[in-house]
Amino acid sequence: MEFLTDKFFLIAVTFVFYIGAQILQRRTGVTLLNPILISIAAIICFLMLLDIDYDTYQEGGAYIDFWLKPAVVALGLPLYRQLPTIRKQLLPLLVSELCGCVAGIVSVVVIAQLLGASHEVIMSLAPKAVTTPIAMEVSSAVGGIPSLTAAVVVCTGIFGGMAGFRIIRLSRIKSPIAQGLSMGTAAHAVGTSAAMERSERYGAFSSLGLTLNGLLTALLAPFILHLIGAY
Amino acid sequence: MKITEFMWPYYYSLHNMIVQFGILLSFLAAGEFIVWLTGVNIPSSIIGMLLLTASLKAGVVKPRHVERLSNFLVHNLGFFFVPAGVGLMNCLGIISGQLLPIVAASVGSTVIIIAVNGQVHSYVRRRLARRQQLQSQTEL
Repeated sequence: MEFLTDKFFLIAVTFVFYIGAQILQRRTGVTLLNPILISIAAIICFLMLLDIDYDTYQEGGAYIDFWLKPAVVALGLPLYRQLPTIRKQLLPLLVSELCGCVAGIVSVVVIAQLLGASHEVIMSLAPKAVTTPIAMEVSSAVGGIPSLTAAVVVCTGIFGGMAGFRIIRLSRIKSPIAQGLSMGTAAHAVGTSAAMERSERYGAFSSLGLTLNGLLTALLAPFILHLIGAY
Repeated sequence: MKITEFMWPYYYSLHNMIVQFGILLSFLAAGEFIVWLTGVNIPSSIIGMLLLTASLKAGVVKPRHVERLSNFLVHNLGFFFVPAGVGLMNCLGIISGQLLPIVAASVGSTVIIIAVNGQVHSYVRRRLARRQQLQSQTEL
């Protein structure tokens, strides 16, 4: 059974489940069968069945985690391609990002408080709209649980990626720029990859939303939480 | 072994994946360096991304130098989140205890962010467009 905890085996398992989930979605065409969501669920079941703990899994998983940072750097290319448009609408972009950032943090705290979440859970949820590294930093800075934040960030991203364009249609957001921007603001990199599937233009504005909201959240979250008396 | 002329283009081609990976990682390393130097609370990857955009703008790096690897990474972003998501199994206790607030707050605020962000953006744009229109009318 020694073999089951081998890191290369665990990395291979991750790939196999993800590819399997992709094939499943392509065959059935059901949006709910998101490959990220399904493979996470399947891997958790797999690890529990074989009684492997997360730390052991992460010895292999860390090699996949590693690519997150270079992938965020790579977003600089689509961003560069949209620079002319960004310069033309600097003011609308900044104002809407600021409102989105504040609305996101305040709403998540208010809803969680109303439903009786504990203090550290609220603090873990507060930065959930931004990309994992920023969210975990903010979470530990305000007294949340970073690992819970990471999990919630991924789930939020999956939800945003799956339902984002439907929410956009319901809230009657017409301009493609605003649509892409909202995807990145609400659902960070997972939303961005969903936007990227539509077109590179959506993806670029989504990565802009991810960046601006990430920066604003990193800078403002402790202050906003203090202001509304949660922190 | 003597490197034949035939092989030169490959070794020095900027389409080479090793070169592309080297460029992206250098930007990431530069981001790490800035974080270490200044102690700012911004992730190195975000700084690296902004540096890459600035270098592309300045023409130091050309899009084709990073295009192949960037496209691969950007189009497969979701996959790299899987191990972090599996971390959920470590917080199953807390989550099952407070499932309703966690799910409701995450879903609710995601909807609110999308609506607020998109609407404010469209609103400010309309206002600016109207003001420009008025200005051009008065100039006439």
